[in-house]
Amino acid sequence: MDLLAFGKTGWGDELFVAALMTIAVSITAMLIGFIFALIFTPLKLSKNKFLNLIANSYTTVIRGVPELLVIYLFFFGGSGALMYVASIFGYYEYIEINAFITGSVAIGIISGAYSTEVFRGAIQSIDKGQFEASKVLGFKKHIHFFKIIMPQMLRLSIPNLSNVWQITLKDTSLISVTGLVEIMRQSYIAAGSTRDPLFFYSFAAVLYLALTFLSMQLINRLELKYNKGY
Amino acid sequence: MDIDLIITSFPKLLGGALITLKLLFASMFFGIFIGLFFAILRIRNNFLSKIAYAYSYIFRGTPLLVQIFIIYYGFAEIDLIRKTFLWEAFKEPYWCAIIAFALNTGAYTSEILRSAFETIKIGYIEAGKSLGISKKLIFYKIQIPIAIKQSLPAYGNEIILMLKGTSLASTVTLMDITGIAKYIISTTFKPIEVFIVAGSIYLFMTFIIHNVIKFLEKKYSFNN
Repeated sequence: MDLLAFGKTGWGDELFVAALMTIAVSITAMLIGFIFALIFTPLKLSKNKFLNLIANSYTTVIRGVPELLVIYLFFFGGSGALMYVASIFGYYEYIEINAFITGSVAIGIISGAYSTEVFRGAIQSIDKGQFEASKVLGFKKHIHFFKIIMPQMLRLSIPNLSNVWQITLKDTSLISVTGLVEIMRQSYIAAGSTRDPLFFYSFAAVLYLALTFLSMQLINRLELKYNKGY
Repeated sequence: MDIDLIITSFPKLLGGALITLKLLFASMFFGIFIGLFFAILRIRNNFLSKIAYAYSYIFRGTPLLVQIFIIYYGFAEIDLIRKTFLWEAFKEPYWCAIIAFALNTGAYTSEILRSAFETIKIGYIEAGKSLGISKKLIFYKIQIPIAIKQSLPAYGNEIILMLKGTSLASTVTLMDITGIAKYIISTTFKPIEVFIVAGSIYLFMTFIIHNVIKFLEKKYSFNN
């Protein structure tokens, strides 16, 4: 237990900060994923074949390729791509993206592919009458989407989004390969300097379990709250 | 875009595909028995079913990376493993990866099979009983085959998830597709080209698995 003491003698405070980092990356990635999902879901449902193709390739490629490979792509290719874009605008200095942003964007794009599928399923399971009614009432397109379809879509997607959240939370452990100090990376450092990997990796597992358990409690409560009327 | 790199890295990455497939088959093979074993424990509501639940909760609630690291780096600390024949398996990253993958996929498989067992129509079991078939035979010849049929789509997804999971073997020094891809990227600094080749190999494998499962679903569906 000495190993987990706070302060200079133990790893307690470091691991606590690392856990906060994991939470921060997960939430950021989840939100980035939502943005991607909100862009790609309409493309997926659109009648235009070309837009369909774009959205389908996004979800198929991301869901068919290992997360680690996507992270390597962003880790090694991220600053190169940004520098290329910057060079078009006449900026030739070296740009380094910090690990938090690289990691969140990489995991966010992965999480977005799953969220897209969830939203698509949710919209398709909304009663057809809702679409017709809003058409008949003559709502404008954005009001139709934001005030009528989206609230129902969100309610229907909560159970599946909780799965996406779990996947995202667990995927953040992979960012440790880029050097961002989250739970996995911190455990790796602690295990290396104390030569006690069994203890620290087991403790990391406990931390992840605690995070998934607590977040499931929260999500269940949300689900109850939004299903009150049903 | 460096076309030459795409052409030269393809055979190298294809060599890694062999390890990826070996890891996948070995872990799926052991995983299905582990999954079936724990799913059967879950049927009755007793102490053993609680253990089976804890197993599946722990392995589904923690990242696969942690599981591999505990088994590869952590278990080497335990004397019981270090000083006995078990060390032969646990000192090899290859076997550690397979053990971790098998336990991980076993947890998901047990969950898939359990829900399949629960949704079997009671009529099938009653029909078996009224025909005077013994309980054991009903279980092995009726419940298990139906459960396997019903869980095919979910199991197909699990195979694809596991295919992606095998990429983590590269974190314990194995040179699978991802391991080789990382090596080529870090020596050439051309991530996009390598990603395209490695990604295509993975996508091709996903495509094959998807279609095989679809074919099996059709073959074993009740409607034909």
